[in-house]
Amino acid sequence: MRPRTDWLAHFVLILGCVLFVAPLWMAFAGSTQSAGAIARGQMSLLPNLSGLGVYGDVLVHGGPGVGPVWHMLLISASMAIAIAVGKIVISVLSAYAVAFFRFPFRMAAFWMIFLTLMLPVEVRIIPTYTVMSDLGLINTFPGLTVPLIASATATLLFRQTFTAIPDELMEAARMDGAGPWRFLKDIVIPVSAANLAALFVIEFVYGWNQFLWPLLVAANPNLDTIVIGIVKMIGIDNAIEWNKVMATAVLALLPPVGVVLLMQRWFVKGLTEGDK
Amino acid sequence: MERRTIFPGWTLPALLLLPQLVISFIFFYWPAAQAIWSSLTREDPFGLSAQFVGLENFADLFADPLYVATIWRTLFFCAAVAALSLGIALLLASFADREIRARGFYRTMLIWPYAIASAMAAVLWILLLHPQIGMLGRALVRAGLNWDYQLNGAQALLMVIIASAWKQISYNFIFLLAGLQSIPKTVIEAARMDGAKGFHRFRTIILPLLMPTVYFLVVVNLVYAAFDAFGTIWALTQGGPGKSTETLVVKVYRDGVVNLDLGSSAAQSVVLMAGVILLTALQFRFLGKKTTS
Amino acid sequence: MASLVLEDLRKSFGATAVLHGIDLTLQSGEMLVIVGASGCGKSTLLRLVAGLEVPTAGRIILDGRDVAPLDPAARDIAMVFQNYALYPHMSVFDNMAYGLRIRGLSKAEIARRVGDTATLLGLETLLQRRPRQLSGGQRQRVAMGRAIVREPKLFLFDEPLSNLDAKLRVTMRAEIRRLQRRMAVTSLYVTHDQVEAMTLGDRLLVLHQGRAVQLATPMEVFERPADTYVAGFIGAPSMNFLPATLSHGGTAATLDLGLVRPFADGRRAGEDGRKLIIGIRPEHIVEAADGLEVQIDLVEPLGSETVLIGRLANGDMLSVKVAGRAQGMESMRVTFPPANLHVFDAQTGLRLDPG
Repeated sequence: MRPRTDWLAHFVLILGCVLFVAPLWMAFAGSTQSAGAIARGQMSLLPNLSGLGVYGDVLVHGGPGVGPVWHMLLISASMAIAIAVGKIVISVLSAYAVAFFRFPFRMAAFWMIFLTLMLPVEVRIIPTYTVMSDLGLINTFPGLTVPLIASATATLLFRQTFTAIPDELMEAARMDGAGPWRFLKDIVIPVSAANLAALFVIEFVYGWNQFLWPLLVAANPNLDTIVIGIVKMIGIDNAIEWNKVMATAVLALLPPVGVVLLMQRWFVKGLTEGDK
Repeated sequence: MERRTIFPGWTLPALLLLPQLVISFIFFYWPAAQAIWSSLTREDPFGLSAQFVGLENFADLFADPLYVATIWRTLFFCAAVAALSLGIALLLASFADREIRARGFYRTMLIWPYAIASAMAAVLWILLLHPQIGMLGRALVRAGLNWDYQLNGAQALLMVIIASAWKQISYNFIFLLAGLQSIPKTVIEAARMDGAKGFHRFRTIILPLLMPTVYFLVVVNLVYAAFDAFGTIWALTQGGPGKSTETLVVKVYRDGVVNLDLGSSAAQSVVLMAGVILLTALQFRFLGKKTTS
Repeated sequence: MASLVLEDLRKSFGATAVLHGIDLTLQSGEMLVIVGASGCGKSTLLRLVAGLEVPTAGRIILDGRDVAPLDPAARDIAMVFQNYALYPHMSVFDNMAYGLRIRGLSKAEIARRVGDTATLLGLETLLQRRPRQLSGGQRQRVAMGRAIVREPKLFLFDEPLSNLDAKLRVTMRAEIRRLQRRMAVTSLYVTHDQVEAMTLGDRLLVLHQGRAVQLATPMEVFERPADTYVAGFIGAPSMNFLPATLSHGGTAATLDLGLVRPFADGRRAGEDGRKLIIGIRPEHIVEAADGLEVQIDLVEPLGSETVLIGRLANGDMLSVKVAGRAQGMESMRVTFPPANLHVFDAQTGLRLDPG
């Protein structure tokens, strides 16, 4: 029996897709039109291909209130990569210590990492700023990234992944002559590659999308991330050049969306399994 | 579960843990302790000396009708965001779980928005709902509604709810779809043999089995709305007009960072800390349920 | 090739003693099978030798050197694991080569050794596969290969056949024996399967509750079990045990059921009236008109022979193995040939030999 087409499902799902694609399309279509036409409310849903030059324009020259977009993209990308890599490295090391060694205060250390879950920046905002400023980290790239690379969630996820590695695998490696570093490098990391990939996506998106943290510790326009930049662009009182805002929005979305799409399979698996 | 074999020694694991512990201590525990301490003290107007005042800062805080109003507003905002976002995600996930053509395409189309920053969600919705330039916004104005979220508090609140919920649909969708897919096919087949159909089957078989995931997501969504939605609100309205979209986190940011009212900000931080501890505890209760079910 | 000596090897986990002092000497090239029920300490013993556990006391002397304080890597021992423990992300070749690379062998030497081992095990065509692309039997071979290629001083086998189906188990059992003989590597083999124990070992070590109860060749363990535990553990169906007393000046046993059985091999020490346990294997029981009456409860035809499970007059179970068919039997009278009796002390359970 051939199943009948499930029209209702298609209808609902297409509506769902439109809900997400429409705003993005509108931003893209709008970006190619003249600022004046948009401001007058004469925006067309069809992109005006001759207006694509706006992308080059914002990349090189930026827009009102912000510097060149290429620079903000660079800051965002550096920040996202530094945070993702930093979180992964630091969490793999901690989880490895907790999973494969026994030592005094092991669980105390684990709980100390775990409980940072309950201390998001919002609940310690002023004292954190004070610490940052005492350490001279305000308006610096390390200040933007280092405090964010401690990660309870990633440590939890890796501990769980590592705990699932069978005892025999470690025993076989030890019989083969592997010490702690070799076992980590040759067995644990390759075996956990899918989780590492998933976590990279999650943390890259996390890093790229940071808003409150850069708002707090990086007032210097040279450290504007693309997300901060675009909020600045719409925050000025008048003369907003909407086509530039829209072009910047599209550019700001492309990298994280691209990473999610490219690694969708691992990412979904890692995300949903990691929270068990 | 304890491991049967372990590596000997404790210096290496101590070194492995050190970076994470140092960062946690400097940027998490030390500032949190500072926040708790200053919430219990009051500085003289020149900031020269601090005096222990017990719970006075908290008493002041809760005596302030504006703060109490912000608590209620935050609760309403969180509940609305969680309900809207979860409802739509559940609808989409239950259809995307069906055996239909192009479901891989639909799934991808509903998963990518995970990558949207909360501040970006605000930007995209401004482009849609701005009364002068947004297509939808202009349509609303033409329809005779007096649409301007920059002036009308209720409209502003509605808009931050929509934008925040919209951004979170994708996350919920991913988890709900995974939850639906983990329901054993045999259970569904048994229900079909028993004659359960359509919505009835969904309500009596699928939904109960999905509840652990839903509970878990409710907590995650509340945390998201309370904390991460700051980006959306700040980019959209900065808590205005007036205080109509000011949540607790917006207020703590405004009072502490913008207005530099340190005593009140510290007390507010501690209140938030209590909230997040409560929510995390809830989350792990549901996590426990989720793994045992 | 190397000899292995264990001296008073002990292991406790917290307050629980798992091994109560094991002494053992393995000749070079010998295959010793450690057998026992689960929880008897046999895996712990193997893991102590491997270096995966630290002994509470005692010495492990491999080739004249005490290796007890050494890390597994430094002992030059290879192990085949119950679930194979192949590295899932490495090809068959890399699985076998891994230990050699760590030891810093040259590429050419590694290729030669892995190639030779693969030929030996019939794995030549599978070298580029990943473990998940292999059948159970092939994985088992790779696990063997990973141990062989190292050319270690000692092989350890931790129930390596228990994850295979029955037919494959028989094939692999023969293969392990063939390889071990051919390479003449000293080996310790842990199993709970008495058929494996009987067929594979040059000698058996029977462990019971952390103690070595018998160390002997398989046939000796079968024919002269050291106590009632070993007697009941080795052999299928299990040996029957009947309460009795020493009588006739130590030359016979009088079963509690009345039957008198003289000893074929001489008198036992002790006063008449000493409490005994008489063991008799099911296959040694014969029909006799003047024997004990057995009510048959169950008939289990095995094809070429039949196991009868019945009840004696006092209600004790008795199993009897007879050749051919035995359908529809309700009762029979049996006796126990003196030559096949095993005599044990009722108090200690230890074997009583003549003299």
